[in-house]
Amino acid sequence: MAKILIPTPLRQFAEKNNSVAVDATTVGEALASLTTQFPDLRKNLFNDEGKLRSFVNVYVNDEDIRYLQKDATAVGDGDTISIVPSIAGGRC
Amino acid sequence: MLTQEEVSRYSRHLIMPEVGVDGQEKLKAAKVLLIGTGGLGAPVAMYLAAAGVGTIGLVDFDVVDVSNLQRQVIHGTKDIGKKKIDSAEETMRDINPLIKIVKHEVALTSENALAIMCNYDIIADGTDNFPTRFLINDACVMLNKPNVYASIFRFEGQATIFAAEGGPCYRCLYPEPPPPGLVPSCAEGGVLGILPGVVGLIQATEVVKLILGAGEPLIGRLMLYDALAMRFRELKLRKNPECICSTGDMKLIDYDHFCGIQKPEPPPLVGEISPKDVKTMIESRQDFILIDVREPHEFQIGRIPTSNLIPLGELPKRIAELDPNAHYVLHCKMGGRSAKGCDVLRAAGFKRVFNMTGGITAWSEQVDPTVPKY
Repeated sequence: MAKILIPTPLRQFAEKNNSVAVDATTVGEALASLTTQFPDLRKNLFNDEGKLRSFVNVYVNDEDIRYLQKDATAVGDGDTISIVPSIAGGRC
Repeated sequence: MLTQEEVSRYSRHLIMPEVGVDGQEKLKAAKVLLIGTGGLGAPVAMYLAAAGVGTIGLVDFDVVDVSNLQRQVIHGTKDIGKKKIDSAEETMRDINPLIKIVKHEVALTSENALAIMCNYDIIADGTDNFPTRFLINDACVMLNKPNVYASIFRFEGQATIFAAEGGPCYRCLYPEPPPPGLVPSCAEGGVLGILPGVVGLIQATEVVKLILGAGEPLIGRLMLYDALAMRFRELKLRKNPECICSTGDMKLIDYDHFCGIQKPEPPPLVGEISPKDVKTMIESRQDFILIDVREPHEFQIGRIPTSNLIPLGELPKRIAELDPNAHYVLHCKMGGRSAKGCDVLRAAGFKRVFNMTGGITAWSEQVDPTVPKY
């Protein structure tokens, strides 16, 4: 099982979970499993064409999947997948 | 050269080999621009002033509101209503009268950004919105100045240095902003008051390290901080060869447009209703359902008596409970989330759905001041 960490802004769409364990061999499968479990997450993670939105990055452990094999990046037991959306707060 | 007064003041720095007289002179010669004097800007400004950064520029156009004081520790109760930039200056002068403070009482724009920023060595981004963050990034890339970046949301913070020599920029990480409404702001989502203190001081630390040329700067690494878990994590940031910071196409643009933000004062959308009109509807006992789409903890702070709570996140699931032929008015804190709620209902075929403009904040201002603003 790989672990997906859900960032604070998206927890409201994942029944307030901060991490979810998924059975998957690639990042693509892991995110598909996640959005099947929590359909409300889908529009926050993917655009209408099903592509990962450009203000959301996905990491396997500490590496950005854009510099690995993207959706096909292999994951396995003990791997941590992080979803890192852009947040803007600071002055407020 | 340090004066005798400076030697006394900075003695705890001077006896450290990593700073010493040379380092303190570098701090004194340094010019740092802080954009935003709010949650993040407050601790950065106070500690950089204390540390003896010789010239600190401040950019802000806002005034101190009582709801700022839960986290913006540079401002006090006596400063409510004052310009943030003046209140910040006063606190900084009290901490350290030996430094120079330059006030830029403007909103940073594509027109003024380069002229303001070019006078500084290091920029610290403590703003609260995507258009300004992209603007600061792009200007830093063009001017070749490091952007010490942090942002916060609820219990979580991000920090890194963008646009340092050879390092990635903000666009390498996020090529585009989220469309409006998809990512909540602090004003809508809330923020733990202590959080900007911790994250702002990571920023301040990185500013001082850049000036001193000491240690390992937070370049090419994104620091993530989760206050609830009390855990720091670090992710690798790479310079994206396809990013416009590498291809050389950088120029300042209309960032509001880029971020999908409508110009101020857009014409009222069909399907909006003012708080005063809602009050009239309640008083004349019109048949309609008022739905509050905020979270339960916000509902506890203050509510409109006839409202029904259905948090936005639950609305899609609870739509079956609602009669599609009924007349609805939705509200939230400021109008953003309820606009999305209206879209949800309209998409489900509801015909008579109205968004109360300005949310409960406007209700408090225009109808019932006993409902607290937050």
